[in-house]
Amino acid sequence: MSILGTRVVRTEDALFLTRGATYTDDLVDDRLTGALHATFVRSQVAHGRVLAVDASAAREADGVVAVYTAEDVDLVPIPPGRPMVPPAMTRPWFAGDTVRFVGDLIAVVLTEERYQGEDAAELVSVDIEPLPAVVTTADALADEVLVFPEAGTNLMAAFGEPAPADFFDGCEVVVRQAVVNQRVAPVPLETRAAAAAWGEDGRVTIFCSNQGAQQAKAQIAGWLGLDPAVVHLVTPDVGGGFGAKIGADPEFALVAWLARQTGRPVTWVESRSENLVGMLHGRGQDQVVAIGGRRDGTVQAYSLVVDQDCGAYPRLGPVLPRLTVLMAPAVYAFPKVHAQARAVATNTTPIGAYRGAGRPEATAAVERAVDLFAAEIGMDPAEVRRKNLLPAFSEPHTTATGAVYDSGDYAAALDKVLAAGGYGELRAEQARRRERGDVRQLGIGLSVYVEITGADNGLGAGESAGMEVHPDGTATVLTGTSPHGQGHATAWAMIASEQTGIPVDRITVVHGDTDLIPRGAGTMGSRSLQQGGVAVHRAATELVELARQRAAEQLEADPADLEFDLGSAALGVRGTPGTGVTLAQLAEQEPLLVRTRFDAGGPTFPFGAHLVVVEVDTESGKAEVLRVVTVDDAGTIVNPLLAEGQRHGGIAQGVAQALLEEVRYDADGNPQTSTLADYPFVSATELPSFELVDMATPTPMNPLGAKGIGESGTIGSTPAVHNAVIDAVAHLGVRHIDMPTTPMKVWRAVQQAQQEGTH
Amino acid sequence: MIPGPFELVRATSVDEAVAALVEHGDDAKILAGGHSLLPLMKLRLAMPGVLVDIGGIPGMSYVRVEGDEVAIGAGTRHHELEKDAVAAAEVPILPCTAGQVGDPQVRHRGTIGGTVAHGDPASDLPTALLALGGDVVVQGPDGRRTVPLTEFFLGFFETALAEDEVIVEIRVPRTGSAGWAYEKFTRRANDWPIVAVAAVGHRTGGVGGPYGVALANMAGSVVRATATEEALARGASIAEAAALADEGTNPSADMHADQEYRRHLARLLTRRALERAAAA
Ligand SMILES: Cc1cc2nc3c(=O)[nH]c(=O)nc-3n(C[C@H](O)[C@H](O)[C@H](O)COP(=O)(O)OP(=O)(O)OC[C@H]3O[C@@H](n4cnc5c(N)ncnc54)[C@H](O)[C@@H]3O)c2cc1C
Repeated sequence: MSILGTRVVRTEDALFLTRGATYTDDLVDDRLTGALHATFVRSQVAHGRVLAVDASAAREADGVVAVYTAEDVDLVPIPPGRPMVPPAMTRPWFAGDTVRFVGDLIAVVLTEERYQGEDAAELVSVDIEPLPAVVTTADALADEVLVFPEAGTNLMAAFGEPAPADFFDGCEVVVRQAVVNQRVAPVPLETRAAAAAWGEDGRVTIFCSNQGAQQAKAQIAGWLGLDPAVVHLVTPDVGGGFGAKIGADPEFALVAWLARQTGRPVTWVESRSENLVGMLHGRGQDQVVAIGGRRDGTVQAYSLVVDQDCGAYPRLGPVLPRLTVLMAPAVYAFPKVHAQARAVATNTTPIGAYRGAGRPEATAAVERAVDLFAAEIGMDPAEVRRKNLLPAFSEPHTTATGAVYDSGDYAAALDKVLAAGGYGELRAEQARRRERGDVRQLGIGLSVYVEITGADNGLGAGESAGMEVHPDGTATVLTGTSPHGQGHATAWAMIASEQTGIPVDRITVVHGDTDLIPRGAGTMGSRSLQQGGVAVHRAATELVELARQRAAEQLEADPADLEFDLGSAALGVRGTPGTGVTLAQLAEQEPLLVRTRFDAGGPTFPFGAHLVVVEVDTESGKAEVLRVVTVDDAGTIVNPLLAEGQRHGGIAQGVAQALLEEVRYDADGNPQTSTLADYPFVSATELPSFELVDMATPTPMNPLGAKGIGESGTIGSTPAVHNAVIDAVAHLGVRHIDMPTTPMKVWRAVQQAQQEGTH
Repeated sequence: MIPGPFELVRATSVDEAVAALVEHGDDAKILAGGHSLLPLMKLRLAMPGVLVDIGGIPGMSYVRVEGDEVAIGAGTRHHELEKDAVAAAEVPILPCTAGQVGDPQVRHRGTIGGTVAHGDPASDLPTALLALGGDVVVQGPDGRRTVPLTEFFLGFFETALAEDEVIVEIRVPRTGSAGWAYEKFTRRANDWPIVAVAAVGHRTGGVGGPYGVALANMAGSVVRATATEEALARGASIAEAAALADEGTNPSADMHADQEYRRHLARLLTRRALERAAAA
C-alpha cells in the first residue's frame, strides 16, 4: 500500500513539543556573537511633515553605539515594484520629510543590550507637524489630501470599467448592497525578526522570518544594491506568516545594512505592539455588490465594485483586487458578470497578502450577494445556489473574467455539505424557534467557493527540488518551498519515501538556505504541494532512474531488466534474487543526488462548500458558532492529517474575520487596535469542533493530482459565518450587517429593523 | 515592550513593605501578581522607580471563616480562590467570578489584593465584592484600618488606598445558600467584561435590600446599581428593577460598545442575574 494518502504523524512535532522551535530570535550562532540590538523609532502620527529629528540625547544614552536617521542613510528609496503603481509612490528607508502612517520608520537605535534600546529610543525627539490624514478609501478617492503629492493622485491601480448603464436591464429583481471586507491583522505568534552578520569573505548572512528565502534574498540584494552572490539568506523556524511574511520587509534589509555600517552583527525582533502597526495588514476592501435576476431564482447579472485600501506604501495591496476581479464569477453560471476595482493609498499600515489574498474577498462578496438575492425573492439560499451553480466539468472552463478552472463539481460539494449538516432538520429547528419567538435564534449560513491556488507569483508557477541518498541509507530532500507550520518535512518525506522506499524517518527535508537551495519560490498562495511537492516527487523518481543507470553498469545488466524493490530500497535483476544493490551502496561509490524542477502548466482551482450554524442571543446580539461543516476539495490528498490541520487553521481565521477581528483607526489615522487587549484574535474557546467532509477531485495539472488547501478554510468559512449571523435575525427584518458581526452591531441591526417595522 | 529602569525591593513582611513605601513615596509601587502593573510598565504607561514585591511575604494567601464573615488574604491568587472549598460553601459567587478572570495564566498570577488595589472599572472580582459588601483591611505606617468596600472604589483607577498603605485582607459576609449570579458579557471567553453584573442575595436583607447588585464597566469605577437595589427593596418585580440598572451610571464608549449599548447590556444582564439568583 502506498504511504501517500495516509495519516503519517508530523515528524516536526517531537522537536517543537520538546526542545521547541528555533526562531530567528532564538538563534545561537557564532556569527552573531556580540551582536548589536536594533530598536526602531516609529511615527506616532499618521500623516505629517517631519520638522526635526534630534537624536543627540539618544546617542549619549547608556549602551548606545549608533543612531541612524533619514540623513544618515544614502540608500535609494524603495520603488513601488509594480508597473501599474505611479513611480512617485516610493518608500524612504526613514521618513525624512513626511510620515505616512503610524508605524512609519523614523530612526533606528543600536545598543549593546536589547533593554537599552527602548530607553534610548524614547530619547529620540521627533517634531512632526500633523497633516490631515487619509484614513478611508473614500477619503483617498476624494483626492483632496494626497499621500504622495508628487504622484498627483492616491490611486495606485485600477482594473476594469464601470458597468454599462443597461447591465441589469431585463432583471425582475435587483439588489444592491455596500459590503465591507474589513482590514485584519495577521498576528503570527512569532513577530518579525532578523539578524545579519558580514563575514571576512565579504558575504553577508541574513537570518529572517519569512515565507521564501530566495525571494527575500533577491529583494534585499536589490534594495541594497548588492551582488546577489554575496547574500546568504537563511530562514530559521517560522512561527506563522499567513502571507504577511512573503518577501522581505524594509527592516530586514536595514538590519543587513546596519551590520555593514557598524562592522558588527545586528539583530532585531519586534514587540507585539510594533507588530500590530508595523507588519502588513490584510483584506481592507470596500465593496458594492449588485445582483439581478428572476423571481424563480435565476441570477442574470452580477456586478462587483471594489475599493482596495493599500495603506501608505504599495506592497501587494494594488495587486490583490486583480485576484478579486479574476475570481468574481466564482462558482456560478451567471450569464453576465461585471467586476471593477480601484486600489488607493491611505495613511495606514501597508496592506499585503493575508490567507487567501484577494480571493476570500471575491467569495465573501458573491456569497453575500446570493443570500441578499435569495432573501429578496423569498427563496431558500441553498436552492438559489443550486439553480445557478456551474454544472460539473472535467474539461477546463473559462470564466467571464478569464480564469480557466481545471476541474470542479460544485453542486456535489453543496449537496454533500447539506446532507452532512442535516440542512432540512436545521431549517425545521430554525422555524420552531422563530415560531416560539425564542431569545436564542438559529442562523444557518452557506457558502460555495472556488479559489485559485498555485498562481504564477512572478517567479513562475514551478518549484525546485533536490534529493540525495547518503551511504548510511538516509536521504536529504532539498526544497524551494518554505514551511512554517504546513508540515512539509513530513509530506515531502512521504513523497520521497513512496518513490525510493527510504523510510520517512530517515529522510531529512532542508529548506530556506539560499546557498544550499539557490532557486525557490517559497510557500504562499497554497502552492507548495502542487508545485514543490510535485518537484520532490520528480526528484525522487529521477533519483531512482539515476540509480538504475548506475546499478545497471555495476551489475552489467540492461537497465530495463532491473527491478526496484521499495522494501529494501534496492535494485536487482528481475527474477534473480540476491543480485540487488541498494541506493545506499550506490551512494558509497559516488554521490547519488539529483536536482530538478517542476513547472506546473497552470494554477489549480480548489473548491468546496461550507455550512455554519450559529446561535444569536437576540437580546444581546451575541453570536455563538455551534457548528462548522465543510467540504473542501483539494484534489488528491497526500496526508489527511496535514490537510485537516490546514483546514482547521483556515476555518478558525475565517470565522475570526466574520465574528471578531478588525483593525481600526480613528479619524486621524491613529490605530485603535495596537495591542492584543484590543485586537480580538480568535482562540479555541470561540470555536466548535469542525465537521470535515471528504471530497477529492484530482486535478490534471500535476502528477499527484493535488490542488492547494492552505487557504480554503478561510475562503469558505467567512461568508458562511457571516451569512449565518444575518440569517439568525433575518426574520426580524435584518438584511445586512457588516463584518465583524459584533454583538453591538447585531443588536443595533435588530433594533433598527424593529423600529422600521413598526413605522 | 520593555519597562523603564526600576529598582526592586523584596519585602519579607508587610511592615517592611510599608516601610519601603514610606521611604520611596510616590515613586514606589507594590508588585503583587504583576498582571495589571507589568503590562502598563511594558507599554511605558507606568514607570515607577521602585517596585516593592510582596509576593514573598508569607501568610498572605488564605480563605477562612471568622464569625459571620469570610476573610481572604490579599495575596490569594484568583486560581486559589476559584478552587477554594471554604469560599465555595460560604461565598460561592467569589470562586465562580474568580474562575472567569482572564485566562489560566492570569488566574495563577493575579491576586485579589492586586485587583482591588488597581481599581479598574472593568474588573470582575471587585464587582462581585461590591455586590457582597464587606471591608478592605489595609495597613499603613500607623497600623491597620478598615475601609468598607462601598467606600473603597472612588473613580477611574482611584481608590481609598493611601500611597503608603498595603491591602492585607478582604472581609465579606457569608452568604451561604442565598441566591447569587455573576453575568459577564464578553466577545471571547478570556476577555475583560464589556459589562458585568453581580447579584447576591443577603440573608439579612443586606445593605440595599434583598439583593446587592454591582456593575462592571458602567462608570469610572465598579458601582452598585442603587436604583435597582432600592426598587427590589420596595418590592418591585425583577423586570421593573432591572430596567433601572443603568440609572446614575456613566459608561465609557469604545469600539466594543457605545454608551447606549452598554446601558442596554447593564439592564439586560441585571435582569438575567436577578432571575438566576432568584431561581437558585
Ligand atoms: C491578559 C490579561 C487578562 C486579564 N483579564 C482580566 C479579566 O477578564 N477580568 C479582570 O478582572 N482582570 C483581568 N486581568 C487583570 C488581573 O485580574 C490582575 O491580576 C489584577 O487586576 C491585578 O492583580 P495583580 O495581583 O496581578 O496586581 P499587580 O499587577 O501586581 O498590581 C496592580 C496594582 O495594585 C497594586 N497592588 C497590588 N497588590 C497590592 C496590595 N496588596 N496592596 C496595595 N496595592 C497593591 C499595585 O501597586 C498596582 O498598582 C487580566 C490581566 C491580564 C494580563
